[in-house]
Amino acid sequence: MNVVDLTFLVLCLPFLGAVVAPWLTRLLGHNAAWLLALVPVAVFAHFAGCSDAVSRGEVITGGYAWVPSLDVGFSWLIDGLSLTFLLLISGIGALIVLYAGGYLKGHPHQGRFFSFLLLFMGSMLGVVASDSLLMLFVFWELTSITSFLLIGFDHTREAARRAAFQALVVTGAGGLFLLAGLLLLWSVSGVSAFSALGPLGSVVRESPLYLAVLILVLGGAFTKSAQFPFHFWLPNAMEAPTPVSAYLHSATMVKAGVYLLMRLNPVLGGTIEWQVILPVFGAATLVIGALLAMRQTDLKLMLAYTTMSSLGLLVLLTGLGLPHAIEAAVLYLVAHSLFKGALFMVAGIIDHETGTRDVTRLGGLRGAMPLTFAIALAAALSMGGILPFIGFLAKEEIYEALTAGTVWTTILVALVIIGNALMFAIAFAVALKPFIGKKTETPLHAHEAPLLLWLGPAVLALTGLAAGVFAGALHALVSAPMASAIAGEARAVTMSLAIHIGLPLALSVLTIVLGIAVYLRMAQVRAAVASVLAAIGWGPDRGFDQAIRGLVRLSVAVTRRLQNGRLDTYMTATFVLLAVVLLVPPFLFGELASAPVFPDDVPLHELAIMAIAVVGLVTVVLAKDRLTAIVSLGIQGFSVAVIFLLYGAPDLSFTQFMIETLAVVILALVMTRLRLSVSDGRPFRQTLPDAAIGMACGLGLTLFLLKVTQGPFDTALTDFFNQYSKTIAHGANVVNVIIVDFRGTDTLGEIAVVMIAGLAVLSLVRLRAGSARRIADNDPAAEEASR
Amino acid sequence: MNSLILRAATPFIVAVMVLFSVFVLLRGHNEPGGGFIGGLIAVAALSIYGIAFGVETVRRAIVFHPLAIAGAGLLLSTLSGLLSMFFHVPFMSGLWVYPVILGQEVPLSSVMSFDVGVYLVVVGAVTSIALSLEERGEE
Repeated sequence: MNVVDLTFLVLCLPFLGAVVAPWLTRLLGHNAAWLLALVPVAVFAHFAGCSDAVSRGEVITGGYAWVPSLDVGFSWLIDGLSLTFLLLISGIGALIVLYAGGYLKGHPHQGRFFSFLLLFMGSMLGVVASDSLLMLFVFWELTSITSFLLIGFDHTREAARRAAFQALVVTGAGGLFLLAGLLLLWSVSGVSAFSALGPLGSVVRESPLYLAVLILVLGGAFTKSAQFPFHFWLPNAMEAPTPVSAYLHSATMVKAGVYLLMRLNPVLGGTIEWQVILPVFGAATLVIGALLAMRQTDLKLMLAYTTMSSLGLLVLLTGLGLPHAIEAAVLYLVAHSLFKGALFMVAGIIDHETGTRDVTRLGGLRGAMPLTFAIALAAALSMGGILPFIGFLAKEEIYEALTAGTVWTTILVALVIIGNALMFAIAFAVALKPFIGKKTETPLHAHEAPLLLWLGPAVLALTGLAAGVFAGALHALVSAPMASAIAGEARAVTMSLAIHIGLPLALSVLTIVLGIAVYLRMAQVRAAVASVLAAIGWGPDRGFDQAIRGLVRLSVAVTRRLQNGRLDTYMTATFVLLAVVLLVPPFLFGELASAPVFPDDVPLHELAIMAIAVVGLVTVVLAKDRLTAIVSLGIQGFSVAVIFLLYGAPDLSFTQFMIETLAVVILALVMTRLRLSVSDGRPFRQTLPDAAIGMACGLGLTLFLLKVTQGPFDTALTDFFNQYSKTIAHGANVVNVIIVDFRGTDTLGEIAVVMIAGLAVLSLVRLRAGSARRIADNDPAAEEASR
Repeated sequence: MNSLILRAATPFIVAVMVLFSVFVLLRGHNEPGGGFIGGLIAVAALSIYGIAFGVETVRRAIVFHPLAIAGAGLLLSTLSGLLSMFFHVPFMSGLWVYPVILGQEVPLSSVMSFDVGVYLVVVGAVTSIALSLEERGEE
C-alpha cells in the first residue's frame, strides 16, 4: 500500500472505529476503551511519522479526484500547522477515549458515546487535514453535527437538548457563512485548494471582494471559536458529559475557527481590516470571557469561560501582524490544549468522585485525592504561565509580541494582562481551592480516581512539563514548522525557560501578582461581576431564545395565513395564479395566438363527438347535485378520449378512458367519504368569481394551446424515436418505448411520485377529525397555554 | 352496494379485466398498452370488486397491503434500472435475453421487468387510495 492510500485509510479509521464501537462495548463493557483508544493512537503514530519531513519544511499533499468536472478534490495538506493539529486531536483523543471509558463506566449508552466521539474525531481530523476548500467545509459541518450529538448525548434532559440545538444553530449558521466565504474565495482566486492559494494572496487581498470574503470567513470562524458575541453556546455546551467538554470545548472543535484563521493568514492576513477586526474581537472575547468566568461557581463553567478567553487571545494574536505574535499564538495554542484538557478532566474526576462541581462546596480533598491534586496543580501552573511549564513559554512570547510600544499595543497589552490575571485566578480556583482548606461534606465519599480516569490528565500535565523543559525539541518539531506555515514564510522560535530580564518578564510578574490578588478576593469579585450582570439583565443567550421564539411565532403567523386549512382558499389561489401565468405574459409581450381557421371538411362523426363534449360540460354547470356533475364531467373526458383515438393516439386514448373512469369513481368516493352535501351550496356571490376564475383559466389554456400548435413543429425527436424505437430498443410501440426505455429515468421518478401520493392519501384519510390525536404544531402560544 | 345483478356479474367481469390488464401490460412494447394502462385497468377491476363485495373482500383477495404491492413495484423498477451496473453500461440501459422456452424464442428484458414494476406501483397506489376512500367507519 502506498503512502497516499495509507493516509486515506488513516483518515477513515475513526469512522470505522465508530461503526464497531457499540458492538465492542457490548462485548467488553467499559474496557472497550482500551481497544478503541488504539484508533487515535494509530492515527497519531501515522502522522508522527510525517513530523520529520515536515520539520524540514516539506509539505505533504495527496488525495483523489472527487468531482473532477468542478475541480473539487478529496485532498489533504500536511504542513506544520495541520500536523500540530492532527497530533493534538489524535493524541488528546486517545486519552479522552480512555477517560470516557472510566467516566461513563456502566452507562447504558456508553457504546453510542464512543461511536459519537470517534465520529467527531474523524471529522475534526478531516477539517485540519483538508487541502480542498470544499472538503474542509464538509468536515466542518460534520463537526457541527457530531458535536450536536455529543452535547445532546444526555437527551432526556431539556437543558442538554437546548444546548445541543443552540450549538447546532450557531455553528451551523456560521458554516453557511463559511461556505459562502470559501466559494467566494474560490471564485476570486480561481483555485480550490489551500496549497495553491499561497502565491495568490495578493490577488485576493487586492480584489474588490476581499472585504466580503473576509467577513464571511470570519462569520464561520468566530461562531465556531465562540468569539464575542457568538460565545454563548460554548458555556451551555457544558451540558455534555465531561469527556466531551474536555475534548471538544477545550482542545479541538472550538479551535477549528482559530485553525481556519491561521490557515488563511497568508492569504487574507496582513491587511488593515484583518489587523483591526481580529484583535478587537479577540480582546473583547478575552476580557468578557474572563469576567464571566469569575462569576461562576461550577468548575466546568469556570473553565468553559476561560476557554472562551483563551480563544479570544488566540484570535487576537493571529490578527496582530507583529513579530513574535504568530509564534506566541502557536505556543499558547499547544499549551492551552494540554492544560485545559487536563483541567477539564480533573473537574470531571472531582465531579465523579464527590458528586458536586460547585467550587464553594468543595474543600480539603488533597488527602483523599493526592494524585488528582498533583495533576491539577501541574495543569494550573501551566495555565498560570509559571516556570517550567509550556504555559510560561507561551506567556513570555505573548508579552514579547505585545511590547512593540505603540498606543495600539499598549491598550492591547493592558487588556491581555487583565485577562491573563483573571485566568490565573480561575486556574487556581479550580485546581487549588477544592483540595486545600477544611474538608467539606460532599454527596459522595471522595476517594482517588481509578487508572482510566487519571491517566489522561496525568499524561497531558506531564507533556506540558516536558514541552517546557525540552523547549528546543518542541520548537524544532512543532512550533517553528507551525509558525512558518501560518506566516507563509520561514520562522524560528527561540523562547526558552532561561530567565531573560526585560519588559516581558516584568509584565509576567505583574500578571501573577494581579492574579494572586484576584484569587484571594475571589468571593468579592464574583459578587461584583454578578451584580453588574444582574444590572444589565440581558445577554446573547437570552437573545438567542428570543430570536428563536420570534422565528417560530413568525412562521406560525405566516402558516396560519397561507395554510388556513380551507380547500377553497387553496384552489382559488392555485387557479388564480394559473390564470395569471397563462394570460398576463402573452398580453404583455404581444404573443397572443392568431385566430384559428375552422376547417370546412369536418366529418359528421367528429362534429357529433364535439357536441357530446359540449353537452357534458353544459350539464356539469347546470347539474342540480354533485354526483350528476361528476358523471357529466366524465362524458366530456370520454369524448376527448374518442378524439384522441380518431387522431391516431391509441395509447393516449386508452389511458384517458381509464383515467376518466377512475376519476369519476374516486371523486364519487371522496364525496361520500367527506360527507359533502348532495348539492353545491355556494351562494351566488361566491359562484360568480369562481366561474370567472374558471373561465379565465380555460381561456388561458386555449390561447396557450393554439399558440403552441401554430408554431413550426420540430420533428427531430419524432424522427429519432420513430427511427430508433425498433432498432435500439426492440419495441414497435414508440410511446411505450419512450416511457420505459428512452426516458425510463423520468418514469422511475414518476412512479415514485405515484407511490408517495398513495402514501399521502392513505395517511390523510386515516386522520379523521376528532378521533385523531392533536398534531404538534410548534405554536409557542399554545405551548405556553398548555403549561 | 346491494345489487344482485352486479354481485352475480362481478366475479366474471373482474376476472376478465385482471387478465386483460396483464395482457395489455405484456403487449405494451409493440402494441398499444403498457404498465401504466394495464395498472389502471386492474385498479378499475378491483374498484368494481370493492363496490360489489366490500373493501374487506378485496383486501383478502389481493393478500398484501396495496402499498406493499406499490413498494415492491418501485423496488422492482429500481432494480431493473440498477441491473445495468453489472454490465458496465449506463443506468437504465435496456438489457435483453432471448431464451428458448418450449421451442419458442421468448424475448425477456430489464425493460419488461421495469414495466411490470410500473404496473405494480399503479395498481398498489391507486387501489390504496380507492380502498381507503371506500371503507367507512371501520378500524
